[in-house]
Amino acid sequence: MSTTYILRGVRPLGGDPVDVVLADGVISEITAAGEATVPDASHGVTAPGEATVPDGDVVVLDARASDGSGLVLLPGLVDLHTHLREPGREDAETVWSGTRAAAAGGFTAVHAMANTTPVADTAGVVEQVRRLGEEAGWADVHPVGAVTVGLAGERLAELGAMADSAARVRVFSDDGRCVHDPILMRRALEYVKAFDGVVAQHAQEPRLTEGAQMNEGVVSGEIGLTGWPAVAEEAIIARDVLLAEHVGSRLHVCHLSTARSVEIIRWAKSRGVNVTAEVTPHHLILTDELARDYDPVFKVNPPLRTAEDVEAVRQGLADGTIDIVATDHAPHPVEDKDCEWSAAAFGMTGLETALSVVQATMVDTGRLTWADVARVLSTAPARIGRIDDRQGRPLAAGEPANLVLVDPAAHRMIDGSAQVTASANTPFRGMELPGRVVATFLRGRATVLDGVPVDALEGAAR
Amino acid sequence: MKHLLSTADLSKDDAILLLDTAAQMAATQSREIKKLPTLRGRTVVNLFFEDSTRTRISFETAAKRLSADVINFSAKGSSVSKGESLKDTALTLHAMGADAVVVRHHASGAPHMLANAGWLDAAVLNAGDGMHQHPTQALLDAFTIRRHLVGERSGADPVGADLAGLRVAIVGDVLHSRVARSNVHLLHTLGAEVTLVAPPTLLPVGVESWPSRVSYHLDETLEQWQPDAVMMLRVQRERMSGGAGAFFPSPQEYSRTFGLNARRLALAPDHALVMHPGPMNRGLEISADAADHARSVIVEQVANGVAVRMAALYLLLAGGDDSERNTQ
Repeated sequence: MSTTYILRGVRPLGGDPVDVVLADGVISEITAAGEATVPDASHGVTAPGEATVPDGDVVVLDARASDGSGLVLLPGLVDLHTHLREPGREDAETVWSGTRAAAAGGFTAVHAMANTTPVADTAGVVEQVRRLGEEAGWADVHPVGAVTVGLAGERLAELGAMADSAARVRVFSDDGRCVHDPILMRRALEYVKAFDGVVAQHAQEPRLTEGAQMNEGVVSGEIGLTGWPAVAEEAIIARDVLLAEHVGSRLHVCHLSTARSVEIIRWAKSRGVNVTAEVTPHHLILTDELARDYDPVFKVNPPLRTAEDVEAVRQGLADGTIDIVATDHAPHPVEDKDCEWSAAAFGMTGLETALSVVQATMVDTGRLTWADVARVLSTAPARIGRIDDRQGRPLAAGEPANLVLVDPAAHRMIDGSAQVTASANTPFRGMELPGRVVATFLRGRATVLDGVPVDALEGAAR
Repeated sequence: MKHLLSTADLSKDDAILLLDTAAQMAATQSREIKKLPTLRGRTVVNLFFEDSTRTRISFETAAKRLSADVINFSAKGSSVSKGESLKDTALTLHAMGADAVVVRHHASGAPHMLANAGWLDAAVLNAGDGMHQHPTQALLDAFTIRRHLVGERSGADPVGADLAGLRVAIVGDVLHSRVARSNVHLLHTLGAEVTLVAPPTLLPVGVESWPSRVSYHLDETLEQWQPDAVMMLRVQRERMSGGAGAFFPSPQEYSRTFGLNARRLALAPDHALVMHPGPMNRGLEISADAADHARSVIVEQVANGVAVRMAALYLLLAGGDDSERNTQ
């Protein structure tokens, strides 16, 4: 028998307070605030965080937000773009540590990118990653399959085998590399239609970005780093939306970062092209000015752009041109960032800060509601990944209890070494961000309580 | 001044102090005994990750003339993937007690990391980093310009003078040039006007935000703008052999359009200086008749480099405290 949770006075999608009861992996009941009855307290009512929670107990979670109001209840977050690094770079992250960080950030499902060693380009590798995720138990792991063998951009990987495998792959991406050959991209877009898949493109024209280190603009010119021009992203996106229109396929654009990329997506959608787009938290808040001190924690691909681009992606997210926020969580060991800029690895962690950055840039500025946050961080990514039968569900009785409780009134100072992920490369370190994940539930089981992964609570109680 | 990383960090007073100190150092170099005891017992490390015999010898000479102990450390191609990291190298130098580290590195920003990452507490002198900065080159260029054009014109010692009103054309591969970046900032700080002359492919995106003019035409600039000095930049031969990615069609076309020769030089004012940071590609960006012209100060630039580097080492290692500075 599993634990029953009674969430008292929580505010679904930021609305009016209700009580929500979680039992047997689903939302069993939603009542008016204070009216959910504790079924049988003979096992004792346990406050969260106080002790271990043995199976069968009833836990009444009556936590309040820092301002005394009810916590915000959202569907568990879904990340369409996570680098879990396993197999191959377990020094940076493992499926276990990465999904634990995901849970701490409020996620109940992640899509694990294919650029591992070996590359996730066969049914065997995607099934291995899937199985590691199930064993870890922190969040559902949906492997992304490589589009081309070895991410080499030369010939299609066995997309059908990955789709038919136990991992049920629906998202295919060479992320980190661009499928730049136009005929190969066309074939991939066409081929995945057979199993309702989607090609998630890392838009980067390779010839325009040879040796590129940061956004090409005023800052790169002054500080002498090779530029990554915006047009290298925009040219590929423009080509891909035209290809997707021509062959009637579904296209997803990863981490778009420039103002003109937003315009191209807006134009394509107005034509009815079946395209979706994502933006990362860091592109919503950080700019290339941060490169001036040559601190490689700000080195990322696509690079941080200008303030005008940041405003454009916020606008695109607010008006629905950009469908989702995805983290591009990219953990790296210290030695790959504690060096000169050009020798450093690209990427930054994001799972534990994504919701806070979205709150800071979009909610606290009045551009998105909490219902919109649920859309861009849960329901829309679940639909793009074709896992919307299990994740990104409505907050209603009978639905799977994949949920996150957020205290939007809290503030926290970001500290890389205090992150749950195995790596410390957060660009937000030293920044105070709003919002805190209080609890995360995966099919009714608490993976995070009081903001701490539940195994840590158990350890503390012992 | 704790470090010398970029000319963009230098105030006008700092820059003039460096030039005036260099003038004092230069005066000592005409004596029979050139060596000064100023930095006796101090250790200067030349940390060169990139080949540069000229710059290394110039710094080594400068440090030795000031009686410092000099250690040459060349570490080609260091990176995380290829052997020792920059961090470990820095920690090693720290453990050895280096007082100053002169660093040349292929990565833009590497000296900035050495100065600011907390790995060592020596003074860091940037001897050229990637496409970013080469501050002592700009200082020696400014020193050379001041000597010839300010000193001669006023007929007085140029000590304390800036370069107000002078015009300098910087010609060639601005995109990849740390010499150009350093000179634009320093010359602007000192009150000179700068025009960058290059084909559009060899100018960085964002150059319009720099404190300089831009021209695509050398003849027009020489004839109509009348520069007081023409600074030619070295063109790397590999820049034109990149196939579709080459920056200009051929060496011949580059030379015809942007190369300096005696005919072109005649378009500039009679007093205009010919400058080049070296090493020169004779016949490409500069012809022999321009390089060896009476108005060429290219060899003198090298000599001035020692005086400027002596000044930089002196001010960073011995001139840091205010009491000493105030007595000057």
